[in-house]
Amino acid sequence: MTLTANSFKRRLGLFLIIGLGLLCVATVSLCMGSIHFTLPEVFKAILGSDSMPPVHRQIILDFRLPQILTALLAGAALGTAGLLMQTVFRNPLADPFVLGVNSGASLGVAIVLLAIGPVGLSLTDGLGNSGQMILILASSGGAALTLFVVLLLSRRVDIMSVLIIGLMISYTIGALVSILMFFSMAERLQSFINWSFGDYGNVSWVQMRFFAPAIVGSIALTLLFIKPLDALLLGERYAESIGTRAKQVRFFVLLGASVLAGTVTGFCGPIGFLGIAAPHLSRYLFQSSQHHILIPASILIGALLSVSADFLARGPGLDFVLPLNAITALVGAPVIIMALVKQRKLKRLF
Amino acid sequence: MKSKAQLIAQELSIGYYQGSEATTVAASLNCSLRGGEFVCLLGPNGAGKSTLIRTLAGMQAPLAGDLNLSGIALKNISPRERARAVSVVLTETLATGMMDVYSMVSLGRHPYSGWFGGLSQRDHERIKWALTAVGALPLAQRQVAELSDGERQKVSIARALAQEAKLMLLDEPTAFLDLPRRVELMSILRNLAQRENLALLLSTHDLDLALRFADRLWLMTPAGELIQGAPEALALNGQFAQVFANDNLDWDAGSGSFRTHPIACLNVWLEGEGLIRTWTQRALERLGFGIAKERTEAVFSLRVHPQCWEVTFQDEMQTFSDIELLIEWICTQDWLESKPALCG
Repeated sequence: MTLTANSFKRRLGLFLIIGLGLLCVATVSLCMGSIHFTLPEVFKAILGSDSMPPVHRQIILDFRLPQILTALLAGAALGTAGLLMQTVFRNPLADPFVLGVNSGASLGVAIVLLAIGPVGLSLTDGLGNSGQMILILASSGGAALTLFVVLLLSRRVDIMSVLIIGLMISYTIGALVSILMFFSMAERLQSFINWSFGDYGNVSWVQMRFFAPAIVGSIALTLLFIKPLDALLLGERYAESIGTRAKQVRFFVLLGASVLAGTVTGFCGPIGFLGIAAPHLSRYLFQSSQHHILIPASILIGALLSVSADFLARGPGLDFVLPLNAITALVGAPVIIMALVKQRKLKRLF
Repeated sequence: MKSKAQLIAQELSIGYYQGSEATTVAASLNCSLRGGEFVCLLGPNGAGKSTLIRTLAGMQAPLAGDLNLSGIALKNISPRERARAVSVVLTETLATGMMDVYSMVSLGRHPYSGWFGGLSQRDHERIKWALTAVGALPLAQRQVAELSDGERQKVSIARALAQEAKLMLLDEPTAFLDLPRRVELMSILRNLAQRENLALLLSTHDLDLALRFADRLWLMTPAGELIQGAPEALALNGQFAQVFANDNLDWDAGSGSFRTHPIACLNVWLEGEGLIRTWTQRALERLGFGIAKERTEAVFSLRVHPQCWEVTFQDEMQTFSDIELLIEWICTQDWLESKPALCG
């Protein structure tokens, strides 16, 4: 009733196309890489057939599959988190990290890699998988601590101040990280820089048991806020006048979005651009601001952009891996520019 | 056909907190709003009109005093219940997003809809009713961002109407509109108040329209008092003059409007009648002249005829066929030199 049948069909079609696109890219990404496989081979490996070399099975099952699943979940998480932040802050520049969770994570990692590491804890040699786990704990811990501080500080101020507090905390933490870097050895610096490039390949099936439920659970929780998020589009005062407990909603949405962003940063390092690009592209494609459309759209588009970026970063047919963050920026920035140029009047949307 | 009071404020102090320090804007306010009544809130900028509206809407806590909605203290009513009883239209323009008018108005159904905001048949009926009531039904499929200011204000009111609240508070809804649009909006609102038995409080700077449309006026003084009464009563007892008059502005109870330049030191003896006299007088007042009560105190005399203006100045008579020529002549004379004594 609210929509003409035409625009309903258009949106349904878009969802189908994006969903199919995601499926295609994920499948191609599963087949292509340092070694190419055919589709039947991939199916055989997944179904547990014995007729292929164990090394090949391992590549597909233990490396590519979790990596693509990680890319998919991370993209969905960042797309959703970016949308939530943009709505709550009513600011088109907001991204999942506005509260400083990624700088908090980077401080945690910097402390482990640059400060504790040299004292005796060796991460790169010997520890292997458990070293990876320590990094995840360090960055998640750093993200959680920052989030706690910012949310505590932001309880009594207005939404614009929250944005600036988040920014200032980010700068402060960035300064601490710089100081740590200044006193670090070159090889330690290199491993820190590698972490900051972002990588979907660090999540093994063991870690997936924490990663996947955290992401899926948090996204499911944000779906409960579809209605108050729509109300917030009117601004906090109007939202309150139609019965929304704006302060509460704001708190839980900020918490949810930051947990999503913090989890991704914890497991994959800081992944830029997807969180801004996905919601903008969703708004542009679906021509709507309503969250029952934008949340699923941002999930799908975030996942699609993320899986594509991961595929390109792995350089199919090449024997090196490009920094993931460079690829997300190369994919994300043109998308944002295109959507803005076509829209022309972004200011009226917020 | 007036029902009993819906919103009652007793000894209300309004203001805001800056840190832990309270700044009182107005104190000891006693007022009430009842169904079917269209009340206009007037007052100079900074008198606290917006603060009062936000406080009455429960969006801002009063510093002191009682605020009762249908017999229940406003602060004890849950946000959802309050949204069913009080709707607001605020000064801030609606952030529109990419939303069509129908979806925008449907946000007004939030106090009734379920967890995910799904709309029932009744919700759709009320949305259409609200759009129809303000004459915005043809706009339903348009994007809010594409509307004119007047259309957007109607949609904003429709959104508030969709809340089905018996009390609607509007903060300067006519501020950005041209005169025909303002008149249209005011008559829509007054009709709504009467037809749907709503209590409407609207703050405005538009005295003239408030005088013509309101059932009652609330005047907020810079000192933080609230003067209430029928528009005519306030005009007659001179309380308008008290609140609004200043060096540049003077309340003229005779015409029911404000007059600029009240202290004219040069007066003109004006003869003639009708529309042409009224507008000639307006021109003279605009140029800084008063109307003389005695022919002797006038710097010149002016007689208006249906198609010409006859000026007698220093015993010479001139006629003008057009008011523009008359104005031009007045502007080119050096009046202070001709009678400096009059201006002290």
